[in-house]
Amino acid sequence: MDQLFNRKYIIQGLFVLIALILLGRLFYIQVASDKYFLDANNNALRKKFIYPARGVITDRKGKVLAQNQPTYDLMVIPNEVKAFDTLSLCNIIGISMEDFRKKFRKAVVQSRYQASIFQKLLSVQTYATLQERMANFKGFDVQKRTIRYYPDSIGGQLLGYIREANATEIERHKGYYKPGDYIGKMGLERQYEVELRGTKGVKNILYNAHNVPQGSYADGKFDSLAIAGDQITTTIDVEIQKLGEQLLRNKVGSIVAIEPATGEVLAFVSSPGYDPNLMVGRETGNNYMKILSNPYRPFFSRPIKGRYSPGSAFKPLDALIALQDGVVNELTTVFCPGYYVVGNRRFRCDHASGDGNVAVRKSIARSCNVYFYDIFARMMLKKGRKNQHKAYDEWQEKVRKFGIGDTLGIDFPGESGYKLFTSEDYTKRYSKYWNYGSILSVSIGQGEITTTPLQMANIMAIIANRGHYIKPHLVKGIGDTKYIHPKYKEKHHVGIDARHFESVIDGMQDAVNTSWGTATESRIPNILMCGKTGTVQNVHGKNHSVFIGFAPRDNPKIAIAVIVENGGYGGAYAAPMASFITEKYLTDSLKGRRINGATIEQYKADNLLPVLKDKLPKVKPKVDTSKVDSTKKSAPITPVSTANNINKAAILPKNNATTE
Amino acid sequence: MQQQNSRFFFNVDWVTILIYMALCTIGFFNIFSVRYDPDKSEAFNFGAEYGKQLIFVISGLVLGLSILLFDAKFFSVFAPIVYGVTIVLLIAVLVVGRNVGGNQAWIPIGSFRLQPSEFAKFGTALLLARYISSFNIKLNTLKPILICAAIIVAPMALIMLQPDAGSMLVFLSFMFPLYREGLPGNLLIIFWGAVLLFILNLFVSPTILIISILVIGGLFAYNNKKRMQKVINIGIVTLVAICYLFVAKYIFENVLKPHQRTRIELILGLTSDNRGAGYNVIQSKIAIGAGQVTGRGYLEGTQTKYGYVPAQSTDFIFSTIGEEWGFIGCFVVIGLYAFLLLRIINMAERQRSVFSRVYGYSIACIFFFHVFINIGMTIGIMPVIGIPLPFISYGGSSLWSFTILLFIFLKLDSNRMGFI
Repeated sequence: MDQLFNRKYIIQGLFVLIALILLGRLFYIQVASDKYFLDANNNALRKKFIYPARGVITDRKGKVLAQNQPTYDLMVIPNEVKAFDTLSLCNIIGISMEDFRKKFRKAVVQSRYQASIFQKLLSVQTYATLQERMANFKGFDVQKRTIRYYPDSIGGQLLGYIREANATEIERHKGYYKPGDYIGKMGLERQYEVELRGTKGVKNILYNAHNVPQGSYADGKFDSLAIAGDQITTTIDVEIQKLGEQLLRNKVGSIVAIEPATGEVLAFVSSPGYDPNLMVGRETGNNYMKILSNPYRPFFSRPIKGRYSPGSAFKPLDALIALQDGVVNELTTVFCPGYYVVGNRRFRCDHASGDGNVAVRKSIARSCNVYFYDIFARMMLKKGRKNQHKAYDEWQEKVRKFGIGDTLGIDFPGESGYKLFTSEDYTKRYSKYWNYGSILSVSIGQGEITTTPLQMANIMAIIANRGHYIKPHLVKGIGDTKYIHPKYKEKHHVGIDARHFESVIDGMQDAVNTSWGTATESRIPNILMCGKTGTVQNVHGKNHSVFIGFAPRDNPKIAIAVIVENGGYGGAYAAPMASFITEKYLTDSLKGRRINGATIEQYKADNLLPVLKDKLPKVKPKVDTSKVDSTKKSAPITPVSTANNINKAAILPKNNATTE
Repeated sequence: MQQQNSRFFFNVDWVTILIYMALCTIGFFNIFSVRYDPDKSEAFNFGAEYGKQLIFVISGLVLGLSILLFDAKFFSVFAPIVYGVTIVLLIAVLVVGRNVGGNQAWIPIGSFRLQPSEFAKFGTALLLARYISSFNIKLNTLKPILICAAIIVAPMALIMLQPDAGSMLVFLSFMFPLYREGLPGNLLIIFWGAVLLFILNLFVSPTILIISILVIGGLFAYNNKKRMQKVINIGIVTLVAICYLFVAKYIFENVLKPHQRTRIELILGLTSDNRGAGYNVIQSKIAIGAGQVTGRGYLEGTQTKYGYVPAQSTDFIFSTIGEEWGFIGCFVVIGLYAFLLLRIINMAERQRSVFSRVYGYSIACIFFFHVFINIGMTIGIMPVIGIPLPFISYGGSSLWSFTILLFIFLKLDSNRMGFI
């Protein structure tokens, strides 16, 4: 037996060995690796987010443009549902029994223990009826939620919309959004998303194995409250915004109004627009597809993306540069015989009979092309014939200071800044032997110069301010502190001395307020409006009607640019529309009639939507010669190459232009 | 009478009883934690699992202490009868038993359910000890080995019919007391070798197995190259092993029915079963891992409180200890078990009677088997075969059975100077 006694140690050794193996494995699971610890938290701990109210968007005077509206979702926890009068529930929420069964099955599949949405977005009325009977429907519950509501149904592109964030956006915002969260997709809702959304609150909740919540984790030590989004006070004046949208109804175009002293955008109209309320609620998806497939592109934000030749809007600017350069002074006259000759080429003026001797003031009032060809030639040749390219570069640098050729930096997503040609760009295009004659049309705001409506309005703000501008912006203040980014307070000087402005402004005043002016349709009783019409030729149809201006002459309150595509000459639509808006803004009333006798209702009613191209055989662009001041193409060298590439170009303002 | 009493109290191993009570207390508090619901601050509920367990613990202690009042000779004398009763119970459960979760393992008696397989353990232990302690038994001869095997295999076979593989496998632990009493070590090696080969055969390619067997056989033969007889024996064993591979494969694939195959594969963890036993193991490992060094604190384990680990009060009670008491708690519990087992072995060796020694080894090895398999399966190193953790898992039958096993030994030990 003695030798068998040793077997005791073998057995005891086995016990010790196994105990050590167990402890070793436990050490790995509990101490060395934290995988299981993290898994445990994933098992039981879940974050529940509390959604803050989205910030309200108001106009400059505090009138609400976008607010939150309570809506109600009917929720169901399948496990808690007891037998009940199914039909009466169906009747209240307005669904069929068949739908009911389908929805219920869906809820069961999702989870038996957790609440899932049974019917989305119940109206307040339905909610009220339902609430009275709720006791009969065990297992059903109503959950309050807010959705956006836009009381005036205006400013679709301006305000934008919110929708569920997509994968890219969730990625970009580093974990703030979860699938199903809403995010601003366009316009101000997108630009000021971070301010508007507020901060989500979080509750750490423990769940048991059946997914039933069991209370808060660590007595709520790591929980936080939701912080409501900031109110955004925009610079928009709801009255003129609304008027602008009414005027442009059934037309393609854009209106931008700016308060010159502050750079605040008063109106931001893009037409055709859409009712922002279409992008809310159950029909959002369908409405979105409808708007997206509309050939007139209601989502296209014309004030900052529309590409138009400035045409005559450019002339005051050109004159200012010439005056600052000293190649002319306000008394220098140019004789206009009705045409202009460079080398062996002859550029016709709009006014066949010629304007005679014109100085700055009259040149602008009459929109005399010859005067501007001439001062452009002087500027290009001031350093001698050989240095024309250099002179051009200096000139275009001065033009650039007016906010052309680049984005203006408005607080709005998607602003376009169309390129301004440098001498090198022209060399690429024409080889190095080009001279000022090759590019003469830029002197009257055509050819390679294109701008957005916002830039046109900003040029007017610069002239109204006599030499400086503040970056146009759409938000006056964020939150209770009315915070505004300092860059929207900074003055940008354009490098023109204040004394040069008066003669130019005189010309613009004359254009509106004299019998020989070209913009008499924008005359407003008792207000000294200064302005300029433009008629932008367009290869696909009738000319675009353009007006730019500001009022009143002294201490101006509003600078405005109006573009009505296919509206004919500038005085036909753009000028009177601008005057209505200006009058409304300055006097808060409308006298109704303009010099040509048309009432505001007529302008509102006219339908100028271009006939869609694919429904008509192609017609060569025809210039409407019936109008007194209608134009002739005056710049044959203007390239028109790119216009044809764009689909549905009829509504895309890419064009040739001429002025009147 | 007076004298007998004082001897009784001096001779009982109170350290073991203290460890026993410590483990029962740990069990009660952890079962309470599993069933604890902070929202229902109701009074102590004797209908709940923890309430019942308290009753089991107290009645178990009374049962154990009353066992100490028996005459030590009783167990030796009545061993065949106890064994017979447990065999009858095992047969009865197949007839009148209640089927719970696929196992016909319980006989309902009122609100209490009797689990005969738990009691078969000490019946077998007693009879085995009685047989080996009888005169002139030598375990290196064939007949006694076969008789011992019969005593062990009979209850195993009946339990397999329930079928309760876990309880059945526990009986394999009787191999170690036999080994201590002289069963040739080679037999043990051959048995476990056969088991190992059978398992390996299921997922290792036969070529690799045959080559390894030949290499091992070759090494042994080389070591004994001077003794021709041994080399021949080794050669025979090697050949048999290789044949066994094919026979085992054939039996597994052609003789066993599909559900039996699945069961074996499940027990061995060859097929993962994330919804059944696999899910338990994953959740159990998560709960234990969540405890880290110091644990989450008593009643603070989220996995425990919110029911993530199935069967947590019974087979997976160790996951509660792991989560709420951490590595330190696990260390203490395993330490207590190790101390208990080593102590029982030492006590067994100090017995004058072979009966007491064999019995001591038997229960030590039964406890060992339970602890190893149970804790091993909660941390994923042993297949899930559903056997309780001694003294800690919820359940009256198992607690009483372990108590009886232990206290019979304590009684025998208190009488170690006398002859049985």
